[in-house]
Amino acid sequence: MKHLLTVVTFLPLGGAVALMLVDRGREALLRGAALAIAVATFLISLPLYFGFDAGSADYQFEIVARWMPSLGVGYHVGIDGISLWLVLLTTFLTPIALASAWHAVEDRGKEFLITLLTLETGMIGVFVSLDLFLFYVFWEAMLIPMYFIIGVWGGANRIYAAIKFVLYTMVGSVLMLLAILALYYQHGAMTGVYTFDLPTLARWVMPPDRAQSLMFLAFALAFAIKVPLFPLHTWLPDAHVEAPTAGSIILAGVLLKMGTYGFLRFCLPLFPDASLAFGPWIFALAVIGIVYGAWVSTVQPDIKKLVAYSSVSHLGFVMLGIFTLNVQGLVGGLIQMVNHGVSTGALFLMVGMLYERRHTRLIADFGGLWTVIPAFSALFLVVTLSSVGLPGLNGFVGEFLVLLGAFRVNAWLAAAAATGIIFAAVYLLWMYQRVIFGELTQEANRHLRDLSPREWALVVPLIVFIVWIGVYPAAFTGPTEASIEALIAQVESKASVALRAPDGGRVAVSRP
Amino acid sequence: MTPVPVALGPLAAVLVVAGTGMLVLLLDLLPPRESKTHLGTLALAGLCAALLVTLLRWGSGGRAFRDMIVLDHHAMFFQIVIAYAAALVVLLSMDYLRRVGAETGEYYALVLFSTSGMLLLASAGDLIVVFLGIELMSLSLYVLAGLFRRDLESTEAAMKYFLLGAFASAFLLYGIALVYGTTGTTNFDRIAGAVAVRPHDPLLLVGLGLILVGFGFKISAVPFHMWAPDVYQGAPTSVTALIATGSKAAMLAVTIRLVVSVFRGSQPDWGALLWVLAVLTMTVGNVVALAQSNLKRMLAYSSIAHVGYMLVGIVAGGIPGAAAVLFYVFAYVFTTIGTFGVITLCERDGREAVEVGDYAGLGRRSPLLALVLSLFLLSLVGIPPLAGFVGKFYVFGSAVRAGYLWLALIAVLNSALAAYYYLRVIVYMYMREPEAEAARYTPSFAGVLALTVSLAGIVLLGLAPGPFIDLAQVAVTPLLR
Repeated sequence: MKHLLTVVTFLPLGGAVALMLVDRGREALLRGAALAIAVATFLISLPLYFGFDAGSADYQFEIVARWMPSLGVGYHVGIDGISLWLVLLTTFLTPIALASAWHAVEDRGKEFLITLLTLETGMIGVFVSLDLFLFYVFWEAMLIPMYFIIGVWGGANRIYAAIKFVLYTMVGSVLMLLAILALYYQHGAMTGVYTFDLPTLARWVMPPDRAQSLMFLAFALAFAIKVPLFPLHTWLPDAHVEAPTAGSIILAGVLLKMGTYGFLRFCLPLFPDASLAFGPWIFALAVIGIVYGAWVSTVQPDIKKLVAYSSVSHLGFVMLGIFTLNVQGLVGGLIQMVNHGVSTGALFLMVGMLYERRHTRLIADFGGLWTVIPAFSALFLVVTLSSVGLPGLNGFVGEFLVLLGAFRVNAWLAAAAATGIIFAAVYLLWMYQRVIFGELTQEANRHLRDLSPREWALVVPLIVFIVWIGVYPAAFTGPTEASIEALIAQVESKASVALRAPDGGRVAVSRP
Repeated sequence: MTPVPVALGPLAAVLVVAGTGMLVLLLDLLPPRESKTHLGTLALAGLCAALLVTLLRWGSGGRAFRDMIVLDHHAMFFQIVIAYAAALVVLLSMDYLRRVGAETGEYYALVLFSTSGMLLLASAGDLIVVFLGIELMSLSLYVLAGLFRRDLESTEAAMKYFLLGAFASAFLLYGIALVYGTTGTTNFDRIAGAVAVRPHDPLLLVGLGLILVGFGFKISAVPFHMWAPDVYQGAPTSVTALIATGSKAAMLAVTIRLVVSVFRGSQPDWGALLWVLAVLTMTVGNVVALAQSNLKRMLAYSSIAHVGYMLVGIVAGGIPGAAAVLFYVFAYVFTTIGTFGVITLCERDGREAVEVGDYAGLGRRSPLLALVLSLFLLSLVGIPPLAGFVGKFYVFGSAVRAGYLWLALIAVLNSALAAYYYLRVIVYMYMREPEAEAARYTPSFAGVLALTVSLAGIVLLGLAPGPFIDLAQVAVTPLLR
């Protein structure tokens, strides 16, 4: 199907517009329709996987159309091994997030469904855009639905968290906008082609000068805020704690990946010299983030905040993997993105289930739950262990590959990062122990009900992937390797070309 | 002497609007007395006719009165924008005026006279015509600002606007006199020639500087912006919309013409001065807007900030810079009219809802209206895919292109800062509950029509800006011959 990506991208938005026309009184219809749209989007996105040529590093399912030819802006979308999983992750998690809010969102349910579906279009758009203008449009536009989800349906301190989220992201992204413009004009001035088309820009060898460093830093800041890379993470705990469960799932599962994806898709191929130059710094920050996130998680009294800080730690691994700039590290980082989306999404989902039952998330308010809700406890254990990185489950694969890659770059830093896995076991298992095991101390916990069929249906698909990736990772790493290898080759060849050129690479070299 | 045949063609739009204004004044004396809707409709028809006349003349400009009137594409672009703005304002006014009990025939006549002044300004090729246009526009606006005679704030607004406006006119006149004294002409082309010959003449430079000060007042560039907040707040909302859009667009038309074509040869570079002006205007506008709780006052500061962004484009210069400003003005007009339009449709406790707090809970009470206001505000923030984003993208891009990286950096940081106060309104609408009764939507067909047109404008300019960007580029080309 020629327009598959366009359909996948805009189906949720179309559905959202259709939902606007439905009367708000008919809640069951609204919910059912929204879920149907989200599931349909997932099903339609499956051919992206089945039709994907794993051996090719080229963009696939590409669509190129004219949009603003006089500015060099086009509608150019496509996926490769890097974005394939992120698109599928988005279409997979959105129905789960929608269904998780089945009863949790009572107030203005119609608006909630519309906002979430709009958000899905924005997220998919970010991952499939191959035009910098188009990418920026999705990147910024997606901010607003998330702002609403946190601000309208969030907890007590939601307005503060929502504004903080938007302003943080905004500062980063306006600087990126400036860098996009600078890149556009520099490329145009040197080659005579004014375009925002990413593949065209990525083929161009930019001179390794101060301009490249500044552009890299502007892009990197925008992405690092989104990841979030230490020390730019302070918006994340607020946003997560205040967001409703569905918002947290999407935020952790997909939104944070936009930052790491941005590094892979834009920073490395566009600014290879600067990436190599600043790589060690980001490498170091990633290690600090891994250890710091783990330490801070350990002392959190609130389960959701604990999981939020664990995200800082886990995404540190992704960043570490990316800036190893070798195949193991990059593939590991990419798989770790998917892992984090699935595992942390599942953690937030299950924490949300606890919250729905008890209206508290404090670890101290629980204890001894395994006698009351054994099924929940069992599934929660699997999810927790996957986040810990137990071999046989998904987390292990990503972290192992990342550490393997990192060890080749700097053994000491890799060793420091490895402590993050140990601390992960500490904070997650200690949390699990205090919440699930022990004596049933609180009377209110005695009559909690176990998982409902709907909740089973939400958690089981996630656990399937947790086990699947853990047992047979090749199914997931396979399609990514060609693209990752091509990316590394591109970075290295561009950087070496720029170094070899006698006048600092001023001559634009176009590579096939 | 044999009479010289006068070609009135280039003045057609101005004449149509002024003629309609006189017709409105005449018809106002006839019954029916209780309703003036028919006069509003007539005014609207006049403005639409002017719009049509301008559109039909596209491609065939002309000059009249010995180059005093220059109807080139630049002029026509702005005339289209101004005609749109005035027509939308008239639409907004119809029910609004009746509701606040200020429906008079003179209102429409004054709007039309003021609009004809704006149209004249857009096609001015001579400093005398500039002065004429400014006075025609401003005198009508002074009266309109004081339309609520019994309202202290409205009277204060009119008084302040008048005094400071007169002050600005004095600066302008003094500047014109100095320029005339040194060059012996008031014609733009000939001044440009004189500037090119004597780029260092101090008296000429002072004259041009004073003219720029006069313009600065009218477009409310910092530090000449002091009048704007009080006037915006006190004037009837529909008049505020006209001041914020039409009068600004007209003044920007002249400013661009003057800076881009007349000042071009002058030394020292005016760029440095405009650079400072742009930075001050954006930053002061945005920072002060952060602290406002009155929506109209906040929008006044925000519109100051937007002038700052437009100045960024003027500093960047060249065809891209000027074209970016033109596009920005177009986008800004739709967005601003829409925002003020929503205010005219909301009331709380029998008075106009102008405090940010009045909008608490609007998202629940009138979801559609809240959604529309959100879209306008997001366009002001510059969120894609709305018109405001493309405008900013284009303007900042032109600054980057011309090498003004610091200016562009300050501008983007400003626009991130601005997000806070625009989003605060959205916070109130959706995330806070009203203390007492929420603001209420007052039905108005004409108002809804105006909002629909504005909304269509910002979505169209956002999603398919290509043709309009090309149009803006065509429009500024004659300036840089």
